[in-house]
Amino acid sequence: MNEASNFFTSKLKDALGWARKFSIFQYPFVTACCGMEYMSTAASHYDIDRFGAGFPRFSPRQSDVLFVVGTISQKMAPVLKTVHDQMCDPKWVVAFGVCTCTGGFYDNYATVMGIDTIIPVDIYIPGCPPRPENVIDGLMKLQDKIQKGEQSRTLYDPNTKIGRPAEVQGAYTVEGHIKHIESRSS
Amino acid sequence: MTQTRSMLLNVGPSHPAMHGVIRMIMELDGEKIKNVEIEIGYLHRCFEKMCETVMYAQCFPYTDRLNYVSPLINNVGFALTVEKLLGIDIPERAKYIRVIMSEISRVTDHLTCIGASAMELGAMSVFLYMIKAREFLYELVEEITGARLTISYVRIGGVKADLTEGFVDKAFKKIADVRKVLIETDELLTRNRIFFDRLKGIGKISAQDAMDYGMTGPFLRSTGINYDVRKASPYLVYDRLDFEVPLGSTGDNLDRYFVRMAEMEQSLRIVEQCFQQMPEGPVSADLTGAVVPAADMVDSAKRGKTEGLIEEEVDLDPTLQGSTRKYHDAINARRKDVVLPAKENTYGNIEGLMNHFKLVMYGHGIRPPAGEVYLPVEGANGELGFYIVSDGRDNPWRVRVRPPCFPIMAGLHKCLVGDMMADLVPTFGSVNMIAGELDH
Amino acid sequence: MTDNISVPKPAGLLTPLQRIQEKFPALIKETHAFRGDETAVIQAAGLAEVAAFLKESPELDFNFLMDLSAVDYLFYAGGRIQKEFRFEVVYHFYSLKFNHRIRIKVPLDEKNPEVDSLTGLWSAANWYEREVWDMFGIRFKGHPNLKRILMYEEFQGHPLRKDYPYNKRQPLIGPKT
Repeated sequence: MNEASNFFTSKLKDALGWARKFSIFQYPFVTACCGMEYMSTAASHYDIDRFGAGFPRFSPRQSDVLFVVGTISQKMAPVLKTVHDQMCDPKWVVAFGVCTCTGGFYDNYATVMGIDTIIPVDIYIPGCPPRPENVIDGLMKLQDKIQKGEQSRTLYDPNTKIGRPAEVQGAYTVEGHIKHIESRSS
Repeated sequence: MTQTRSMLLNVGPSHPAMHGVIRMIMELDGEKIKNVEIEIGYLHRCFEKMCETVMYAQCFPYTDRLNYVSPLINNVGFALTVEKLLGIDIPERAKYIRVIMSEISRVTDHLTCIGASAMELGAMSVFLYMIKAREFLYELVEEITGARLTISYVRIGGVKADLTEGFVDKAFKKIADVRKVLIETDELLTRNRIFFDRLKGIGKISAQDAMDYGMTGPFLRSTGINYDVRKASPYLVYDRLDFEVPLGSTGDNLDRYFVRMAEMEQSLRIVEQCFQQMPEGPVSADLTGAVVPAADMVDSAKRGKTEGLIEEEVDLDPTLQGSTRKYHDAINARRKDVVLPAKENTYGNIEGLMNHFKLVMYGHGIRPPAGEVYLPVEGANGELGFYIVSDGRDNPWRVRVRPPCFPIMAGLHKCLVGDMMADLVPTFGSVNMIAGELDH
Repeated sequence: MTDNISVPKPAGLLTPLQRIQEKFPALIKETHAFRGDETAVIQAAGLAEVAAFLKESPELDFNFLMDLSAVDYLFYAGGRIQKEFRFEVVYHFYSLKFNHRIRIKVPLDEKNPEVDSLTGLWSAANWYEREVWDMFGIRFKGHPNLKRILMYEEFQGHPLRKDYPYNKRQPLIGPKT
């Protein structure tokens, strides 16, 4: 009896995952150049409609995947957080383009060095801008996550320095570099 | 006791219009717009400050991302400004290649603008057709530069690589395909009752206001003023090419749509003329018949067996296609203090290696004389100007970009006031605001 | 000299630089035409007069204010070239009718950088001057709405000045680095 109900719940979960992954309602938070590649991916050549993701919902209340496309500046960061908070669970976040992953080559006073310092991120799609094939690869990885019902996210951990700008890692000076190597080996 | 107050509506930074991040705070009286306040700066990526921290040649990726729908025009503008500062001239073939790539970029910009604004009005198929045409052009750009969007193709003193074999035929075929798409779009939109009514008479601006605000480009030409930088101060080879500058008359959205459609046709004409007028390509000096693999050449050079290496033809990596010794002098100026040597020379002999070293290492590099220059080029939105101040060292002292859509956005409230709320969408779409350029 | 960027000038007529040199000899500090760009450096007090003359004079008719920006000359050329003033506000003008250009530079002191606003003559100056205030901290007397345009209001400092480090972030939300 228990096994039968487990069998049914797991099949139900699979079916739910299958339904969710092929009906993605994304909110394209488009800011910069990656938006052009997002448009190319959404159009006929590299269709994402065949994945069921063809209908962008321009309201956070109605969408479940937040595609953050393009550089997020410090002025835009509170807006991004508000939009993310307005979305209902279950929600996933895709960091599209290297400016959203780690800040890109815009290490300056006005850019957020990676949106995972503000909101939790599920999938990182690097590239400047990423080719549409890369985007579809990232989308398929997202679909695997949705199928399993996972929401394993990364969020900025102030205790770790992995992936943060180099001056935080202290790896630019010789002493800093030696310290960095010694701390890793100990 | 009834009171009438106007409503404040915030069209926030993140909104469905495909053009970029901008915030418009509108004061509405029912459906009519009484006043608009526009807030920009949501994509300020510090182009000017970043350019001060790197060398001249390293500024090109930053310039790509200014107007990211027509990146080659920004590249060409920056390169021309630095060349004016240095006082050098580039070979004819490089000039023609730069013109071809600029015009292809202009077409992609107008395609994106019209496609996105048509989609916002509900014509989804037009968007798909325009993006399809844009993909054809991206394939051409990718063939030459290696990337679709952010290409960093132009170098100071020339371009990175020459055109590939058979490019001309491919280009003519793709241009014919793009023309077919333009005809289809014309059939779908121009006599479409809904499109016409939504654009006619909306977003009007008078010629006097447009000049007062410093607007240039299709926005100004739609009011009837004939100002195009390519005709007024011709740069590269535009004075030898035969093209028209389409003008509107009333300065409303419909005229801007017509001006952009006509400009695309003129740009394609320019590209075809360039292919016919371009001087012949690679200079085959006295090369012996054999082709040597690159690794063998580097090995024999390192061992000191450099006799005859200058004449041998070397088989290099595909990513260096078009920039090898055979093509190098046709597309780059003959200035060793500005232009990197061909890769065979860098690895094959000590003079090339030293030349490369002197241009690339920190503390060396291109050193223009101390002074300042301003050079305008015709961007897709208007006059794109670069103002560079040099102090004689290897980093630029100040790089200022004059974004063409900055004054247009400054004067946008004149176009919007008096229209209805739903007219915001086509008017804003016809501005073709690119946030990367507006906020530099 | 590059030949591909030359504009043919009618011989015998005075250029814009010569015209303002003969009209305002006291206000002009120096002039040059490096690489063909005519430039005049004038005193800050005389900007309003010169700008009005440029716009209204029928032989000059500069109806376009193409660009308005500023340059900070702190540590110029590593200290080898000494500049008298720290800031310079740079104006680029263009005339549609005669197709000529001119650049006007106004040097300003670092203690109290202030200059007249040109919003009365060209409406384009409005946003350009806001940007110069935002990036350099130069005030414009008579500007209707001088507030930050590219950065947010909580930002302290003026980023394009040479003493502001390029990667000093002041985040609104999120961690400090």
